[in-house]
Amino acid sequence: MYRYDEFDHQFVRDRTNQFRNQADRRLKGELTEEEFRPLRLMNGLYLQLHAYMLRVAIPYGTLSSRQMRQLAFIADKWDKGYGHFTTRQNIQYNWIKLEDTADILDALAEVEMHAIQTSGNCIRNVTTDHWAGAAADEIADPRPVGELLRQWSSLHPEFSYLPRKFKIAVTGAPNDRAAVKVHDIGLRLHKNAEGAVGWEVIVGGGLGRTPMVGVTVRDFLPEHELIGYLEAIMRVYNLYGRRDNKYKARIKILVHELGAEKFKSEVEAEYARRPHASTEVEERELKRIAAYFAAPQLEKLPRWSAAFEEAKLKSPDFARWAKNNLGPHHADGYAIVNISLKPDGGIPGDATSDQMRVMADLAERYSFDELRVSHAQNIVLPHVKKDDLFAIWQALQGADLAAANYGLAGDIIACPGLDYCALATARSIPISQSISRKFANSARQDEIGKLKINISGCINACGHHHVGHIGILGLDKKGEEYYQITLGGSSAENASIGTILGPGFAGHEVADAIETILDTYLKLREPDEEFLAAYRRVGPKPFKEALYATA
Amino acid sequence: MTATEKGQLVTANRLRDGIAVFLTRSGQWSEVIDDAALALEPQAAAALELRAKDDEKATLVTGAYLIDAERREGRVRAAHIRERMRALGPTVRLDLGKQAEGKGAGFAAPEGV
Amino acid sequence: MPLLKNNTLISDTWIHAGVDGELPNAGDVIVPFVRLLKEWESLSQRDGKLGVELGNVDRAEALSMFLPRLSAVILPFPAFNDGRAYSIARQLREMGYRGELRATGNVLPDQLQLMLQVGFDTFDIGERFPLSTWQQASKQMSLAYQRGLFRRGSEAEIWTERHTDAEPWLEQPHAG
Ligand code: HEM
Ligand code: SF4
Repeated sequence: MYRYDEFDHQFVRDRTNQFRNQADRRLKGELTEEEFRPLRLMNGLYLQLHAYMLRVAIPYGTLSSRQMRQLAFIADKWDKGYGHFTTRQNIQYNWIKLEDTADILDALAEVEMHAIQTSGNCIRNVTTDHWAGAAADEIADPRPVGELLRQWSSLHPEFSYLPRKFKIAVTGAPNDRAAVKVHDIGLRLHKNAEGAVGWEVIVGGGLGRTPMVGVTVRDFLPEHELIGYLEAIMRVYNLYGRRDNKYKARIKILVHELGAEKFKSEVEAEYARRPHASTEVEERELKRIAAYFAAPQLEKLPRWSAAFEEAKLKSPDFARWAKNNLGPHHADGYAIVNISLKPDGGIPGDATSDQMRVMADLAERYSFDELRVSHAQNIVLPHVKKDDLFAIWQALQGADLAAANYGLAGDIIACPGLDYCALATARSIPISQSISRKFANSARQDEIGKLKINISGCINACGHHHVGHIGILGLDKKGEEYYQITLGGSSAENASIGTILGPGFAGHEVADAIETILDTYLKLREPDEEFLAAYRRVGPKPFKEALYATA
Repeated sequence: MTATEKGQLVTANRLRDGIAVFLTRSGQWSEVIDDAALALEPQAAAALELRAKDDEKATLVTGAYLIDAERREGRVRAAHIRERMRALGPTVRLDLGKQAEGKGAGFAAPEGV
Repeated sequence: MPLLKNNTLISDTWIHAGVDGELPNAGDVIVPFVRLLKEWESLSQRDGKLGVELGNVDRAEALSMFLPRLSAVILPFPAFNDGRAYSIARQLREMGYRGELRATGNVLPDQLQLMLQVGFDTFDIGERFPLSTWQQASKQMSLAYQRGLFRRGSEAEIWTERHTDAEPWLEQPHAG
């Protein structure tokens, strides 16, 4: 894992002091709210329905046990004993006071964390594959580049007041678990026939009110050119991105309005025009960073673990959890553990401080002190010996963390929605809870198989509803909440935007509607055909008929 | 006092802690929506709003605005679900927020799903 | 209106001309970009220094042929969160411009350091904040990660510090 050196420490300390001073001036009335808002936002502090909300960056989703424990401490000391893990690999606290915020930032800095640029019209927390460094299918760990980008984008003076927020995602694996095609910039690693690696640069993807899949502007950019090339993209966007209408201000609109070719030629012209420094420093820096991400000292183990196989035979519940919640590790005898933060009827992504401490302890004991936050709002223990899985499962059970629904119908992504969010048009958590309760039966979930249900409480799409196999969008119709359902979205390597099925539903009807959709799928699927594949084969028609014929 | 009065009240967030507050008849800010001054006429509403703008300048509150609400038997109910949420707390955590601190409005939370 | 330069207040000695109207015979004058284009010939013959006020939708490269003759460029911040001028400023510096680069419009202490880093050196600051606030604001961060910024010597460049034995920042034209 990356560790701060004296510079990183000083940088975050300066920033916290700066914020302390700004908050002070605001409380004294020297700054107006209008002037203060962008300053607090760039430090992750929102004003929500009930209180301030603080969004803390978990760069590329990686946490140590010590950091996780500090997150728990913050939840207890300054919030109400819990936190919400988000689709952007951040954690949000919902009950924060402005007057405490600088102290919280100090507490974060103690464990090499911060909330810099988790909001505002700047480059946001860089996200990546939550299995990075552990996945069997990986070409290389994308986190060194993630860290390089974190540093480069931190308080970048030229790009702190962009037309709109800017999100970068990086993946080092061909199976895209970082949704790189629906980010402002997505970076995807490729290996060519000679064994050299280079980055595919994808620009202009995004969700929100105009969902778009990004376009590739470079197929194979050498790693040492990344920073220079990204600066050129950012500059073109900063200069020519629309500022007249915030709904048209994302880079995707610029790419769309200019056309991919014209956009690309602007970027290439800017890139060629700029004086280019020697990239020796960047290359050395990347090497320095990469050393921190060296693979942990894994033992040489047989692929087959007798203890693991035995435990599965003894406990069907464990066997089911193991079947659903483990990911393939690149090393024999190891597995990736996906801890579902989606208990039946629970609040997706919420974890209590006690649960955080349990996960931190497990990581310390069994997973080289490392945890990951996934963009599906779950927690990952990346390097676990198969021999230890049963013990981990038992500990998880004791903390209500053993839901065996990873990747299934109960593993729902939901944004905070109207229960917390000032921008919401409808609630999303209760919808998620009602669906989760409906499919609580495990045999049913297993029968349905891989499924992504994503829910947003407004068109901003924080819950990724456009790219859910089933997407649910909460809207407001004359003061009443109602919900639109889309089918066929995906954020994976074959990304697609879902299609709206038809008229919306009242909140209490949504779970039934989802059930109808899934019953229809079960009837028409071919053997082993997953929901998304079946939908892509048959299209929306049978689902429409089933849903609206009876209504 | 059984009649229902419809009007507008001013709400804001307290600057130092962000808690949702409501402007009362005596010009104080209360966490309890039932305490809010309900303006039955546009002029009265405008007066409330002016008063709130002063308190924004005095950095007591931030983001003050008028909302539609009604009062019945001393209880105040905001017209929009969003405002009822602010007056009560999250519907998915009844153990948190005003509803849990005895500061919730007299009206029941929005329907669960 | 006071200007902030090198952390002290100075007064503006430039004459600000409009899009048309008589120009004084002598003295340093700043003209809008359209006028620079229209009257370049006579302007370039004038005694006194010449400056231009650029809009933030104008392209920096449109100024390239004039730059050697210019002693001041003014870039506007119509709103503090309209960040286009940050890029234009940096482009001008990258093009080799070394004269005065002045920020005007909605210039606030909390953005001062960013402006300095992209190459602004003079600020039209109005009267709302005391000088001490500006002076403090100019050194809130002692470090920056980015390389090749226009610095005032106060902040260290983290990556360069970490790799002092690597080649220094070289400006070299990009091959491809
Ligand atoms: C609760 C406070 C939140 C606020 C005020 C907020 C605000 C917004 C806004 C305004 C947008 C639309 C941006 C645009 O299209 O230009 C957006 C998009 C998004 N937000 Fe949030 N959000 C919040 C919480 C979250 C949470 C909890 C998550 C993660 C679960 C999240 C992740 C995202 C993602 C992934 C997008 C869409 C991707 C994209 O930018 O295109 N946000 N958010
Ligand atoms: S999608 Fe809308 S309701 Fe949900 S968190 Fe984002 S802004 Fe809030």
